[in-house]
Amino acid sequence: MPCDTSPYVSKGLLCLVQLHSVRRLEGKQLEDGRKQLYCIFAFKITMELVFLPALARMAVSGGTHGNELSGVYVVQEMERQRKEKGESAWPISVTTVLSNPRAVKECRRYTDTDMNRCFNSATLSLPITDSSPYEIRRAQELNSLLGPKGSTAAIDLICDLHNTTSKMGLTLIHYTTSDWVTLHICKYLQTKITKVPVRVLVLDVPISDAYSLESVSKHGFSIEVGPQPNGVVRADIYIVMKEAVDLTIDWIHKFNSGMVFEGGDVEAFKFIKSVDYPRDPDTQSLTAAIHPQLQDRDFCLLKKGDPLFLSFSGETVKYEEEEPLHPYFINEAAYYEKKIAFHLGKKMLLTIPSVQVQKD
Amino acid sequence: MEAVALPELSRVAVCGGTHGNELSGVYLVRERLKRREDGTEPVSVVTVMSNPRATQLCVRYIETDLNRCFTRAALSAPISETSPYEMIRSQELNALLGPKGSAQAVDLLCDLHNTTANMGLCLISYSDRDWICLHICKHLQREMASAPVRYVHFDIPLNEAYSLDSVGKHGFAMEIGPQPHGVVRSAIFSAMQEGVQLMLDWICQFNSGTLFEGGSVDVYTMVKNVDYPRDPETHTITAAVHPHLQDRDFCLLHPGDPMFLSFSGETLRYKGKEALYPFFINEGAYYEKGVALSLARKRRVEIPSVRSETLR
Repeated sequence: MPCDTSPYVSKGLLCLVQLHSVRRLEGKQLEDGRKQLYCIFAFKITMELVFLPALARMAVSGGTHGNELSGVYVVQEMERQRKEKGESAWPISVTTVLSNPRAVKECRRYTDTDMNRCFNSATLSLPITDSSPYEIRRAQELNSLLGPKGSTAAIDLICDLHNTTSKMGLTLIHYTTSDWVTLHICKYLQTKITKVPVRVLVLDVPISDAYSLESVSKHGFSIEVGPQPNGVVRADIYIVMKEAVDLTIDWIHKFNSGMVFEGGDVEAFKFIKSVDYPRDPDTQSLTAAIHPQLQDRDFCLLKKGDPLFLSFSGETVKYEEEEPLHPYFINEAAYYEKKIAFHLGKKMLLTIPSVQVQKD
Repeated sequence: MEAVALPELSRVAVCGGTHGNELSGVYLVRERLKRREDGTEPVSVVTVMSNPRATQLCVRYIETDLNRCFTRAALSAPISETSPYEMIRSQELNALLGPKGSAQAVDLLCDLHNTTANMGLCLISYSDRDWICLHICKHLQREMASAPVRYVHFDIPLNEAYSLDSVGKHGFAMEIGPQPHGVVRSAIFSAMQEGVQLMLDWICQFNSGTLFEGGSVDVYTMVKNVDYPRDPETHTITAAVHPHLQDRDFCLLHPGDPMFLSFSGETLRYKGKEALYPFFINEGAYYEKGVALSLARKRRVEIPSVRSETLR
């Protein structure tokens, strides 16, 4: 018997029911010689359509790390465009921010402390004194400007621009697995950008623990493009980053204008753990570098027995874990001091519903 | 050409960490010091971490670029406690490995560097007629499979030569890229290790009386530097190295070829009259020095056969 095909309508939700398959089964022989037939109709309840508020205001931030230069110059170029074209430079309201101007001036990652670790709730509410590290002070300024984090006054979306020395192509980093707006933007970028692989990384931490700048806004993600050395801007990397920002603005404009974005599955990598370099126990100095067979192979599948490190005296260190995982941020310069040679992640599929802007 | 007899190279210095964030040299020096590699007869090798403070912090320098502190003027400047760390250190290194220009200086100084530019392995020297350096280059070119090997010449007289390698009687920087600063890439480290070993092997053979046949070596002589296009008021750069030029070190650049791509999408072209060879394309440390790339002329230099002078 077919199931009830009337659409299930509820406040803010619309279920789409589609016929998935039909199977005929032979039943018993009837007295008049006919055979009874049964039909089994299977229905698929496909993506719900979720209505979400429009994204009125977005921010693009660069130079959160002062030596990650593509973002610095994307912001510089956007500010030039704003001067030239005024507020019609973009179809939506865009705030551009140079996050860490002091570090940018000195072309260093940070002056006192890594600013992109200063946006968890605890640090944002620390009392500020004359001796407070510059970046903590600045993080609180940015929280006032673009937040406050967790409040209704916070800007709708922050897109924070980063570079990495790792060969990660274009990677979109989220601290949560359930923000359908940012995951839809990822899906959109994946279909539109073909020059480099586009991947999604998720951390899955509660918002109060999320320590990076993009956690200040209602929706947020980092755009990470590599490989690019610190203190260098490569034209090809700049172009990818600029395209990602332009497409993000494009998506928001389309979304705000009423377009339905169909849901589906988004492949993502969830952070599991980090692995440090082998170090000398006395000096803590590295005794090995990333193995040539692992170098530049971000997001490959690492299996037991695969080489990880090649020591400076020629020995290979192998991956000893049973569970195959995906390495990324392989040989990121800024992570040597954080004792990270690479991260390991698990591949997962995130299912997102279709979305459309809520009409007032 | 007739074979030239030259004094043997009995004291050699291998220096790393002259820039504290150029890590292949830092780890090579640490490895050599750990293994107490003092060389074997007939050559003694001293291994030095040139800028230990910068190495500790993984920065290029603390106060001033150490590898610009070896001019005659800098080496004889009066030093006090308030002098920049690197000025004090360059004079220490000059006392240890020099004095520059004197008979006590080490016979050969090899200074290890990395660059973010795609330069393979380069021996960078102030001379285009130092037969020792040119023969070592020829030897590396013959024996190294893992990277292209080239000879780069800066035509600067000894007094004004500003880098550490000018302290030895013979000297060169061994520059390998591409490698980001603050990163050690295994393949780059291995290439540097191989380069140093081949150099020491050549020196051993030379000191043992081997005759090395002459021939020719292509020498790239630096002609000029080119800066990024900059905003006239703020001085910030307004363009990046063009994608068609990026990573194409030592590929001939012709007048009219693309050089820069502005952040707003315009192509800027090479306006010089002479086709030249670009190198140090997009070196991270050179943005502050106002250098986007350097340009060189190439010419073939004939080198004589050489053997060490025998005192037998």
